[in-house]
Amino acid sequence: MTEPLLSLQGLSKSFGALRATDDVSLTVQPGEIHALIGPNGAGKSTLIQQISGGLSPDAGRIVFDGVDITALGAAARAQAGLARTFQISALAMEYTVLENAVLGAVGASGAVWRFFGPVMRGASVRVVAEAALERVGLANDARKRVSDLSHGQRRLLEVAVALTLRPKLFLMDEPMAGLGAEGSARMTVFLDALRAEAPILLVEHDMDAVFALADRISVLVAGRVIATGTPDQIRTDAQVRAAYLGEEAAP
Amino acid sequence: MQRETVLNTLVFLLLPAVAAAALVLDEPFTITLATRAAILALAAVGLNLALGLGGLVSLGHAVFFGLGGYAMGILASHAQSYVSLDLGLFTIEGTKSMPVIWLVAVVTSALAALLIGLLALRTAGVYFIMITLAFGQMFYYFAISWPAYGGEDGLSIYVRNDFPGLNTLDPIQFFALVFVLLAAVLWLMGRIEHSAFGLALGAARQNAVRVETVGLSPFRLRLVAFVISGAVTGLAGALFADLNRFVSPTMFSWQMSGEFIVFVVLGGIGRLYGPVVGACLFVLLEHMLSGVSEYWLIYLGAILLFVVLFARGGVVGALVGQGVRHD
Repeated sequence: MTEPLLSLQGLSKSFGALRATDDVSLTVQPGEIHALIGPNGAGKSTLIQQISGGLSPDAGRIVFDGVDITALGAAARAQAGLARTFQISALAMEYTVLENAVLGAVGASGAVWRFFGPVMRGASVRVVAEAALERVGLANDARKRVSDLSHGQRRLLEVAVALTLRPKLFLMDEPMAGLGAEGSARMTVFLDALRAEAPILLVEHDMDAVFALADRISVLVAGRVIATGTPDQIRTDAQVRAAYLGEEAAP
Repeated sequence: MQRETVLNTLVFLLLPAVAAAALVLDEPFTITLATRAAILALAAVGLNLALGLGGLVSLGHAVFFGLGGYAMGILASHAQSYVSLDLGLFTIEGTKSMPVIWLVAVVTSALAALLIGLLALRTAGVYFIMITLAFGQMFYYFAISWPAYGGEDGLSIYVRNDFPGLNTLDPIQFFALVFVLLAAVLWLMGRIEHSAFGLALGAARQNAVRVETVGLSPFRLRLVAFVISGAVTGLAGALFADLNRFVSPTMFSWQMSGEFIVFVVLGGIGRLYGPVVGACLFVLLEHMLSGVSEYWLIYLGAILLFVVLFARGGVVGALVGQGVRHD
């Protein structure tokens, strides 16, 4: 078995009496899409926050690419190769689409401590940014302000900025939300190809997308991983059907 | 953007035009007013990097203004009394050379900004405002209670300091010197605004999480911005002291910090020439209205209220015809 790229080992996080994350262990292997599903309030966002560095766990370790990153901040984890996209877009709203993408390229290139050269004319960061926008289909909207974009377009821009980071792992929180049926279908095709570049830990509510894409699925209920397996295993798991899928997948 | 460039050019030419006209009409006091406006503009241009681009509402920029002022005052007073300055480990001679004084002012205020920033930038919002204010008050009361350099009464320097090749006591020559510095700093700030650093700093103001997600530390970006910002305001402080040939604890007062914020807000937050417009307007109003009533600040307050309520982009924003900054 190959060494996992990301490994969560016994993560726990409580808010007062609420155990939002309860002894969670899971791995992401190179080349796979590992989907994390669970009903609302299961603690998916809290878990993602701990992986990306927004929250620190009460107990447990996070090992990424062979290094314990549990104590690192969000910026250092991004530098280490973790690219996150957000459920609720976290973009620089006053900037244009291109400026947001260039910001990603600047962050990845380490060329931020430059005070004189006009960054938007910087050939190398611009090429990276434009290529990423092209890939998600935002090239024609490059000059639009983010505040003028639709929710779906903002979601695409989140993905584009993540691409500019050339990460080792994508951490995607509901990339399909707000895209509509056609957009979801296109994003599904896009993510399917993306796993060859870097594995994806995917939190998603769109079950069609999850079962079409995922190599493995973990089901989170009340802070605990109740099952991990292939889509077929998860589909037939009695505990999962009872706890989660039953509510939505019932005929 | 096009209109803003035209407006910027006009504003830029306004000060030297006023000074030149005053020279022709033999009105040296007006030249001094223009010099005062340019120096206050420089201080606010420094603040604008932290406040406008970085979103850091510092109510303590008078610290840097005062440090610049006292750097000049202390060095020049030792030069005029021919007593060297004892720093414990070593002594240094005082100096009347402006370039040396400027360097000391810039380095001192940058260091102070680094230390204050390291503490204050761990907080945000109202707490950041309060911590910067607290530092301002510390310096203010220290200056009042430190008798070596005049304490509460301040410190007079009899002759303006020297700049190689210029007669700095000639109002128009001193104005030219100040104006060249202002122009250089404005050019520098324009470059910074459009640099990789400026892009990241502006993004940190809009959404700190976004900046972290691309692997950058908002804290470091803000700290560097705060240091550059403080250094520029410190330089302005040295010039201000030289203009008046007088330094006093008032330069450290929180009212001074407040005035800088007023210049920035009045002119247009985050706009390159906003602080210049704001400072010029302030000096003009001060000159015209203080003759009408000693409570002239009431009128300024009314104008500021109008700007905040109806013209959020400040005077520059209103004239350019768009409320929001950036192109």
